[in-house]
Amino acid sequence: MFAPFIIALRAAGVPASITEYLALLRALKAGVAGFDVEDFYHLARAALVKDERHLDRFDRVFGEIFKGLESPPGTAETTVEIPAEWLRKMAEKFLTEEERAQIEALGGFDKLMETLRQRLAEQKGRHQGGSKWIGTAGTSPFGAYGYNPEGVRIGQEESRNRRAAKVWDKRVYKDLDEDEALSSRNMKVALRRLRRFARTGAATELDMPGTIGATARNGGSLDLHMVPERRNAVKVLLLMDIGGSMDDHIRICQELFSAARGEFKHLEFYYFHNCPYERLWRENRRRKETEKTTQEVLRTYGPDWRLVFVGDATMGPYEISQPGGSVEHWNEESGVVWMGRLTRHFRRAAWLNPVDQQHWRYTHSIGMMQGLMENRMHPLTLAGLESMARELAK
Amino acid sequence: MAQFKGTERYVATRELEVAVNAAVALERPLLIKGEPGTGKTVLAQEIAKALGYPLIEWHIKSTTKAQQGLYEYDAVSRLRDGQLGDPRVHDIANYIVRGKLWEAFEADHPVVLLIDEIDKADIEFPNDLLLEIDRMEFYVYELRRSIKARHRPVVIITSNNEKELPDAFLRRCFFHYIRFPDRETMEKIVQTHFPNIRQDLLREALTVFFDVRNVSELKKKPATSELLDWLKLLTIEDMPPEALRSQDNKTAIPPLYGALLKNEQDVHLFERLAFLTRRKV
Ligand SMILES: Nc1ncnc2c1ncn2[C@@H]1O[C@H](COP(=O)(O)OP(=O)(O)OP(=O)(O)O)[C@@H](O)[C@H]1O
Ligand SMILES: [Mg+2]
Repeated sequence: MFAPFIIALRAAGVPASITEYLALLRALKAGVAGFDVEDFYHLARAALVKDERHLDRFDRVFGEIFKGLESPPGTAETTVEIPAEWLRKMAEKFLTEEERAQIEALGGFDKLMETLRQRLAEQKGRHQGGSKWIGTAGTSPFGAYGYNPEGVRIGQEESRNRRAAKVWDKRVYKDLDEDEALSSRNMKVALRRLRRFARTGAATELDMPGTIGATARNGGSLDLHMVPERRNAVKVLLLMDIGGSMDDHIRICQELFSAARGEFKHLEFYYFHNCPYERLWRENRRRKETEKTTQEVLRTYGPDWRLVFVGDATMGPYEISQPGGSVEHWNEESGVVWMGRLTRHFRRAAWLNPVDQQHWRYTHSIGMMQGLMENRMHPLTLAGLESMARELAK
Repeated sequence: MAQFKGTERYVATRELEVAVNAAVALERPLLIKGEPGTGKTVLAQEIAKALGYPLIEWHIKSTTKAQQGLYEYDAVSRLRDGQLGDPRVHDIANYIVRGKLWEAFEADHPVVLLIDEIDKADIEFPNDLLLEIDRMEFYVYELRRSIKARHRPVVIITSNNEKELPDAFLRRCFFHYIRFPDRETMEKIVQTHFPNIRQDLLREALTVFFDVRNVSELKKKPATSELLDWLKLLTIEDMPPEALRSQDNKTAIPPLYGALLKNEQDVHLFERLAFLTRRKV
């Protein structure tokens, strides 16, 4: 009877299986949930979701499928209570005179809240449920508040209305979803992923010299000694597309990898512009002084290094395919040739792309680069970082 | 069967109760994740108390192997005994060391088995235990006999998310993610530990606590256990609630902050922020 639910979950990227579906049915039969819808929601979630990153998707699908299952009279479908008092307090605390004046110009707090409520409703209607404009400082009047739905609840003084909004509609797990772009906010998680990748293997091994020495000292009675296995064996070469639209992403990537520096055996950074050609450089401001030929880079770093490109791969197709295609200098050999040399030398390579994966197919050069990378291009999101790590750990 | 519910010692949300009861009813492991200090480890103790079962705890370290949970054959001791001519050496059973799973399987009363911080172990660890936890049975080659659970234990597994767990493993579990408590829940949690705390002190302390947690640059955000430690100090010192109130909590150093900020860099950060605001005033 819940089959459509399971199918919808899978379509949304929650990998619920038959095993789990059966577990849910059995638990229902065992009377774990009673007849309370909220209990059913909790039970279904505990049975079908195994990863906190998927909780938000679950909430969305649940809301969709079981729409109208429980709408207490008088509650609109999309009501999320935003206590006025709280908003006002936040505004007083965080806004400057000037900003407050701007709010007044927008029609005052009441008007603002009305708009906010509408936007929330619209946002929920949109299926990916991104927080593109609510919460984006600068572009939306709400950004200045650091508004987020969870924040609202923390400041909520009365809980009178709490049951009115359905739990799954509150979307409290949104921050845990992985398809969000890498930012300073989810840096910690990202870092953990990266570290996990840097640490290969675990455990201990027999310390032969130690054991022999100790056993001899012991007069021949065996005395085993163990040593920890060597860790941090991973070496990473990071090639980053510098300039223009990429700057923010590059900074985040650099911060991220630098923060994990201690975990890698070696980590090196180089820059390129749009597409790697015969020269790479270490510092963008002192480009000439810090330049190295790509050939030299190939000679310096052995094939055991993992190569990671970071770039949007967004450019004119000729910049990749043609000799002389580069926008800033005459390149004797095309980007294709250089990409070929790099990926042949570094067997384990990956490309991180900050462009939203859904849009990749609309940009011809991304497809070309994806081809040259043999499909090892990953979006610059937590999930992308994870799949990159898996790829490179092989 | 006894149901799990929050107690005067432990605040359980309804969602947590449902997840626990589902796992108990279906005799499947319950995987608990959540930020440090959200009560994952304590939960297992509470479940044991609620069901009236003894608790067997298996704390996992980075060097823990799955086999150690079943049993270990102590070849080194046997070798030593052999060298010393000890007669024990002739019975291999003398060198079989029982693990926590064995203990749980052979108990003559159902037990709660806590496998704490499973993600600390090697990535293969959960896979290696899959079959044993599923069938509640394993074979001891040295003794040529299998150990079968007399009563299926209630298995509680916690993870801090340091490593990904294998899908096959996850499919067999129920899962619950403990969210960091909101203010209201936190108030209840504190009350279970300090039933006689002054309400005004609690209110001020919670405000400071959540403000501190909001400072995004912190290396380690204080969690429940830090809050409890801090409150204990505050009550011992008989700190007046006014002392916690300040113009701008975000940048003032809370009294006795050593209990909240365990990381030296975080302490420095706070001192720097406090210095800056003082200059501004
Ligand atoms: N819901 C709760 N009710 C009562 N006390 C709680 C609750 N949650 C946490 N605590 C208290 O917080 C402290 C930390 O709990 P615990 O050690 O179980 O956390 P944990 O999630 O296992 O942390 P870690 O990940 O660091 O191991 C304990 O003193 C516990 O009593
Ligand atoms: Mg713990």
